[in-house]
Amino acid sequence: MIVRIMGEGQVRLADSHFAELNKLDDELLAEMESGDEDGFRRTLHALLDKVRELGTPLPDDSLEPSELILPTPDATLEEVRHLLTDEGLIPG
Amino acid sequence: MSGVMKRMGMIFRAKANQALDRAEDPRETLDYSYQKQLELLQKVRRGVADVATSRKRLELQLNQLQGQSAKLEDQGRKALALGREDLAREALSRRAALQQQVTDLETQHQTLQGEEEKLTLAAQRLQAKVDAFRTKKETIKATYTAAQAQTRIGEAFSGISEEMGDVGLAIQRAEDKTAQLQARAGAIDELLASGALDDPSGMAKDDIQAELDRLSGGTDVELELQRMKAELAGGPAPQAIEGGAGQNQNHQQQDTPRFDKQ
Repeated sequence: MIVRIMGEGQVRLADSHFAELNKLDDELLAEMESGDEDGFRRTLHALLDKVRELGTPLPDDSLEPSELILPTPDATLEEVRHLLTDEGLIPG
Repeated sequence: MSGVMKRMGMIFRAKANQALDRAEDPRETLDYSYQKQLELLQKVRRGVADVATSRKRLELQLNQLQGQSAKLEDQGRKALALGREDLAREALSRRAALQQQVTDLETQHQTLQGEEEKLTLAAQRLQAKVDAFRTKKETIKATYTAAQAQTRIGEAFSGISEEMGDVGLAIQRAEDKTAQLQARAGAIDELLASGALDDPSGMAKDDIQAELDRLSGGTDVELELQRMKAELAGGPAPQAIEGGAGQNQNHQQQDTPRFDKQ
């Protein structure tokens, strides 16, 4: 599966790693919904580190669609919340 | 998976599909998408240029302030030589205030430099994507045109129903959609990720810090005064003043221009 870290690029991850990542991802969602900014930041960094550690980076000029997308490491809770609304940060 | 990763992926895909559904001819869609990507790239490049301009402006201000600072130090020395300690004190006080501004500007300069590097990287990455997409787009368009011609020949030759042709076109359209989606998702999130330009100068200070800065500025002035007096007297500097002399050395180092990259 291909995962994009916004602002960094894409990595290819074996499906076997997803159980581990899922846990962090669910934690991240819970922290986002409860507004726990500190927890959110800690979990986001842990998740990004794990993805970088387990994944193989794709070259910049590859045109593979990302199945999963992760926010940029310095994204705030508010920005991510905004990204996940219907309107999102992308116009149109 | 229902966490942030999945939801973000779904939203990006939904946006890409919305853009696709509005267009009729897949070839036009591809060209349109390419145009859009070029516009995005242009925006990122403008962002880089804006940040670089701000950085240059800060460098000019820094040079000016350092020039003024050196001038005030010189004035202080002259005033002391003429026995006008009050004037010397005034000159050195002003110089201390200027040094504080220099420190603030240097922090801003570092922040801007970081942003500039980040944006430059994003622009390079986006450029690679756009180039790759252009090649892919032309290939897909050529394949699509060929598929259309083949369909027409096939229909004329065997008189078969349009249904077969439609199947071919549907496959082609699906391929185009995929390419469009890939490129758009890539371009959009690179752009989003590059928009980290907010508040490079958020440097508010509280009252206590301002007071502490003012006090330490005053101490500097006293030390400078003593140092200058010692210089004028021509005798060896007392112990407490040697620290001041060391400090002066630092100032001199600071006063030399350090942004030679224009």
